[in-house]
Amino acid sequence: MSEKIDARGLSCPQPVVLAKQAIDKAGKGTVEILVDTVTSKENVSRLARSSGYRVSVEEKEGDFVLKLEKA
Amino acid sequence: MSNLTAFFASRWGIISAGLFIGVLAPILQHLGNPPNMGICVACMERDIAGALGLHRADVVQYLRPEIMGFVLGSLIAAMVFREFKPRTGSAPIIRFFLGFFAMVGALVFLGCPWRALLRLAGGDGNAILGLAGLAFGIWVGVLFLRSGYNLGRSAPTKAAAGWIMPVLMIVLLLFALFEPQFAQGGPIFKSTKGPGAAHAPLIISLLVGLGVGFLAQRTRFCTMGAIRDVILIKDFHLFSGIFALVAAAVIMNLILGQFKPGFANQPIAHDNHLWNFLGMTLSGLAFALAGGCPGRQLILSGEGDGDAAVFAIGMIVGAGFAHNFTLASSAKGPGAFGPAAVITGLIFCLIIGLGMRERSRT
Repeated sequence: MSEKIDARGLSCPQPVVLAKQAIDKAGKGTVEILVDTVTSKENVSRLARSSGYRVSVEEKEGDFVLKLEKA
Repeated sequence: MSNLTAFFASRWGIISAGLFIGVLAPILQHLGNPPNMGICVACMERDIAGALGLHRADVVQYLRPEIMGFVLGSLIAAMVFREFKPRTGSAPIIRFFLGFFAMVGALVFLGCPWRALLRLAGGDGNAILGLAGLAFGIWVGVLFLRSGYNLGRSAPTKAAAGWIMPVLMIVLLLFALFEPQFAQGGPIFKSTKGPGAAHAPLIISLLVGLGVGFLAQRTRFCTMGAIRDVILIKDFHLFSGIFALVAAAVIMNLILGQFKPGFANQPIAHDNHLWNFLGMTLSGLAFALAGGCPGRQLILSGEGDGDAAVFAIGMIVGAGFAHNFTLASSAKGPGAFGPAAVITGLIFCLIIGLGMRERSRT
């Protein structure tokens, strides 16, 4: 299952809250989260890694697509 | 460059920011800043409000260069690392009043979270009540966050909008340097006695401010976020920064002979436990609802966040009201209308917290 979240424009800690909700719901699988600041990118990545997810980041027109995966 | 970015984002990065502040704030006190107030975003913005004549408490009027340094240091870091992103439009009027009431709460306690930590590190036991209140306010804020509270999205905007706060800081810095007189006797006002007259040399204050601004931008140092992340997601990353700050400041205060443990007769503080606690409860809740402590809001405003700039301006205006309307505390205790203002602020924050919830989310 893959879930996509758009967290652009949301101030701290909303992107992390949304990512956490998605991770809790997904359990395993892939969560894709779109953020627009480096701060959000770092915060969401830290949360995902501490929850056992692998994080890959792709920069797209100034935004960041974070792919969180757990086998 | 990417190695540096990775370092600043790491645990050691945030600890280095805490150590930097924890070492330099007591040195600023040693060089002239008021006791346990090497750095205090709320107090320093209050002094700026006074220097501009927004209040007439003549003991707290000085254009504190540290504040200009925070914003401009953040701007420099954001430019160097290509993170300057002008954005605005996330409920600015709410953020203005969150800033306003955050300042009222801070001036009832007599300090922002940074000063609460520095007061603790200077031995002021009243800071324990303030920090407990801060944590309680943030905990209430987390309840709102968990129930869908959200001030809405900001949108990217043009560079001109992002530059307003940095340019304002440059203008204030020029005022601080040249001390123009706009009317007989001021503004610009400058205290000749009291805490406002106590300050380190301008250039040193500015350089420390620039350094703190730069480091805090890179590491996302935030005192409110530190406590919030522990409560919300059990993440101790930011918390290690404030822990480092206190540890470094205690050691520096011991070395400089500035550590004076106790509750009574602490400098620029009162020992009314209830209002120390509730003042910071109001601030903590307002910071949590706005997404950052006062220092963090200044740093964000330096990287182009217009909403954070509105919060900071709200704080400066709040400082004007706090002194004009006898809301701010003094060494004797809370001001005549301080408690009423704190309760009003708490009611405001609760209404915002409840009213700005999204029931269903995608």
